[in-house]
This record gives sequence, structure tokens and C-alpha cells, in this order.
Amino acid sequence: MYEKDGEKYFIVDSHSHFWDASRENWKPGQEQYAKGWIDCFYGYHQLGPPETHWDYEKYLKVSPEDFERDMFVEGHVDHAIFQSTYLKEWYTEGFNTIDQNAQLLDKWGDRLIVNGRFDPRDGDAGLKQLEEDVAKYQCKGVKLYTAEWNNGSRGYKLSDPEAYRFLARAQELGIKNVHVHKGPTIWPLDKDAFDVSDVDHAATDFPDLNFIVEHVGLPRIEDFCFMAVQEPNVYAGLSVVIGGLMHARPKFFAKVIGELMFWVGEDKMLFGGDYNIWVPKWQIEGFVDWQMPDDEAFTDYAKLTTATKKKILGLNAAKLYDIPVPAELQLPTTADEPMQPGEELVKDVAGAQA
Amino acid sequence: MTAPATAPADLEELRGRVWAALGTVLDPELDEPITDLDFVEAWSVSPDGVATVRLRLPTFFCAPNFSFLMVADAHDAVSDVPGVERAVVTLADHHASDEINGGVAAQAGFIGTFGDEAVAELDELRATFLKKAALAGQDSVARPLVDRGATPEDLAVTTLGAVPPSPELDRLRRRRAALGLPDGDGAPLLITDDGSPVPVAKIPLHLRRARLQRVGIETNGEYCKSLLKTRYA
Repeated sequence: MYEKDGEKYFIVDSHSHFWDASRENWKPGQEQYAKGWIDCFYGYHQLGPPETHWDYEKYLKVSPEDFERDMFVEGHVDHAIFQSTYLKEWYTEGFNTIDQNAQLLDKWGDRLIVNGRFDPRDGDAGLKQLEEDVAKYQCKGVKLYTAEWNNGSRGYKLSDPEAYRFLARAQELGIKNVHVHKGPTIWPLDKDAFDVSDVDHAATDFPDLNFIVEHVGLPRIEDFCFMAVQEPNVYAGLSVVIGGLMHARPKFFAKVIGELMFWVGEDKMLFGGDYNIWVPKWQIEGFVDWQMPDDEAFTDYAKLTTATKKKILGLNAAKLYDIPVPAELQLPTTADEPMQPGEELVKDVAGAQA
Repeated sequence: MTAPATAPADLEELRGRVWAALGTVLDPELDEPITDLDFVEAWSVSPDGVATVRLRLPTFFCAPNFSFLMVADAHDAVSDVPGVERAVVTLADHHASDEINGGVAAQAGFIGTFGDEAVAELDELRATFLKKAALAGQDSVARPLVDRGATPEDLAVTTLGAVPPSPELDRLRRRRAALGLPDGDGAPLLITDDGSPVPVAKIPLHLRRARLQRVGIETNGEYCKSLLKTRYA
């Protein structure tokens, strides 16, 4: 929990990792990609405030003690949701597998949620693995990388028939939150990995699943917003938005938050610190202190209330994941509730000056 | 046959033309010239007319389709400069540097370069992003009018010729011309993707979309600039 000016914020970090990018884990023959990947992350890392920058070697692999301190002791986080990122084509043991994440469950099982993953290209074996993972970790969510390499394939679409088979089975198994990585990525050739139209189709066809678009499809935030306004079960994952823009590009951070508040709404936005690209502490403290600037360029955008921040920083995600929130910290949110598409709402409130 | 060596003053002029040609090459996603984005890492023009250009990008994993477009466009733009006998354009520090550099040098096209990994050439991709730029450009031009009190009714009848001249207007016209959309003085300022005028009732939402589009492109650009600065600090 984070407390500031007498207000208490229940914090759910909906997007964190516990990765191993150490040199020993770079797959022989694929070192340039393994290094290229973590170097990319390290570039993002440096968009945070200078005093939070780490040495590259430390950045490659943190210890359980680092994680505990950065997230729970100093980081204000009440509950964290682990997203896995396999990348086994480049990392021998995987970059950040469910089993790596689960190492921390012994000690922090009551505050950590380990999400599963699947890749429809793995076929029946993948489906079996998903079933085992859900049985073992009681997963309520999965993280999907549609742009991940797999045996010569450089990506898939969530709307592929095989993906639907996995989504249907995941839903039967009790999964209700599907996090889709649509953001800064690796290998979109003409298969545009930023394209969110596949999420649009899946969200329509699986109305009881929640689809969290991670990094708000950042290079194509407009496509994401145009889609999200029509799909009530689509959510904005803010990892990379707060971490990468709030400090480095504050004016653009304000515009992005302003647009998201309008198109997606404060009940559909989820904080994600993306550890250990960045630590959560400065992101949470900064966001609680942050306000839409008063300059003329921002007058059309909504100001953030304390309630807005409480929902974004934790209460929305708590509802999606059924995390118990102490009564005095609760606020109503429409997150995880069935709603109608918002196109009409937009027409009503949008004016030339709106 | 060796091209005749260029006199120093003429070489300086040739250099100017090469730089200007590079300035016409856009990052299609960011809608900004590669020269403004600091993507040109090094360049030179030799007295015998060989222009050598090395490009760089914000990350090792920048999308290869856009990367290919920029290298190929730079190659074409520099090759077309009168006085340039040969252009050598390469991309540094990228996961697909070898493929892209080899493909552009051989003028193999995107499919020829990436084989089975590519199913289409990149014209459609380019058009998609020009359309985004043309939508964002409507916000750039219309926003000052809205700030001065223009109503949806006013905007519905505003033509490009009625808007005060500005670099943003010139740019909007260029994007539209490239797409074959109306760009003359009589063309409506606000148009849909197919070039038809936007009805009054739909103007508020249209403006919202145009602004979101501009925020999207510009934020992406800022992100890329931040990462480039970090990478080549």
C-alpha cells in the first residue's frame, strides 16, 4: 500500500517479470538476438529518472532478494501479477518462464499471481501444458506474445482458428484475463505485430474474457483506442506508458493519458510497472503526484481525481483478479462488469472543443 | 570508365543536393524525415560521385519492414540526385542489417530480400501510414481554427484554400497528393479516408480521431527519439 497526503492506495502491479537474461542463458548461435532483446529493454530502462538507473550486469538478472526489496519493501506493491515471456528461440531456459516466476511463490504466494501462457502453434502439446500450468498455479490469466518466433513461424493472430481453440479451452479452465502484448516488439515483417484487429475479433467472440492490451499497442495507440471504445471487455495495460513516458516525455505522457481517459476510461486502465525494466517505486509515487497540466494544450483532457488514480493503480486489476481489497480502500469500478460498447457515449460527449 | 572528378565548389553543391534528397525520406511510421530524426549516422560524397550513407535506428529490433523502406527510399532518393554516379546506403546495428543491406543493394525488393517471411511488398504499408499522416494532418491544420472558435458548421465548409498558409498545410497537401486524395484549394479541409467531406454531425468525433491519430504518431516519434538518444549517447 502507498499512502500520500492522507490517501491510501491499494497497489496491484499487473505486469511484472522475473527474468534471466544472463549470458549463460543466451542460446548458442542466437546470442545476438538474446543480447539484442535485453539491450532493447535496457534502452527503455534508461528512460526512467537517472537516479533509478542500474548497471547493465545487474539488469541482466536480479535475485529474489532484489525482487522482494524493489517490489514489496520499497516499491509499495500489494499484489503483483507475473507475466511470462518465453523466447526460447533465444534463451536456453527461456527468458522468463512460468517456472522461473514460480520460484518466488514459496515465499510470496499470497501476494504473487503467476499468469500462464500459451502459443496456439504448439498444438495439442501446448494445450496439455496449459492445463498442467493452470492446475499447478491456479492461473486466472495468460500472457500472449503474438509476435513470438516459433519453429520458423514469426507470429500468429489471436483470431486464428487454432488460437480460438486455446482461448475456448482456457476459458473452460477458469482463465478470465488474457494479456496480449501489442507494443514495442521484435519481428513484424508484413505481419504487423502491432495490429490489434485480431484482439477486436477475439474480444467480440469471447465476451466473457477480458482482454488487456499491454503497452496500449503503443506504436499504434490510435488503432487500440478506436478498437477499445467498441469492445467493452478490452482494457489498457499501462506498462511502458508510465515507465517510458512519464519521466522522459511528460507532455506526451499527458496526451496519452488524456486520450486513454477519453476513449477507454478510468475503469479500464491498469497500472503495470514492468519490473525489472523499471522499479515500481518512482512510477507509483510519480503517478500519484501527477496531474494533467494546466496549459492550454491540455484543457480538453480530463483531470485525474484521487479515485481515478486509486482505480488505475490497483482497484481495477484487483477486481479482474478477484484480489481481496480491505474495505476502507475499496471504490466502485465497472472493471470486469459486462457493459455495452461505448461508441454512442463518445458521440454524445465529443464536441469540437471536447 | 571512371567518372570525372568534381571540382571542390561543385562537390559542396552536390553534397547539399544529397543531404536535401535524404531530407525527403520519411520514417513512414513517424511521418518525419530521417534527417530530422538523426537516423543518418554518417554520409559522404566522393569527388567521383559516390554517395555513401549509413543509417541507424533507435533499437536493434526496429521493425524490418519500416527499416527496409527507409534504406530503400534513401537509396532511391540519393541515386536520383544529378551528379551522383552511385549510391551505397546501408543500415547499421540492426538485427536484419545483412538482409536489408544486401537486398537494397541488389534492388531485390522486400519479398526478394526476405523470401518466405514476406508475403507482400510494402506499398500497402506505406499507404496505410500515409493515410494516418493525412488524418493527423487534419488535426494540425484544424486545431488552431477550433481554438479560435470555429464551429463544426464552419469547419464543414472550410476548404484548404481558405486556411492561412502554414508548413502544416503544405505537409497535409503533400500527404494527400501522394494518396491521390483531393489536395487543391477547393478541397474540403476535413475528409474521410476515401476523400469525401465529413458531415457536420460527424465532425466532433472526426476531430477527436484526428487528434488521437496525431498524438499516436507524435508519441511514437518521441519514444523513438528518446531510445535513439539513449542508444547512441
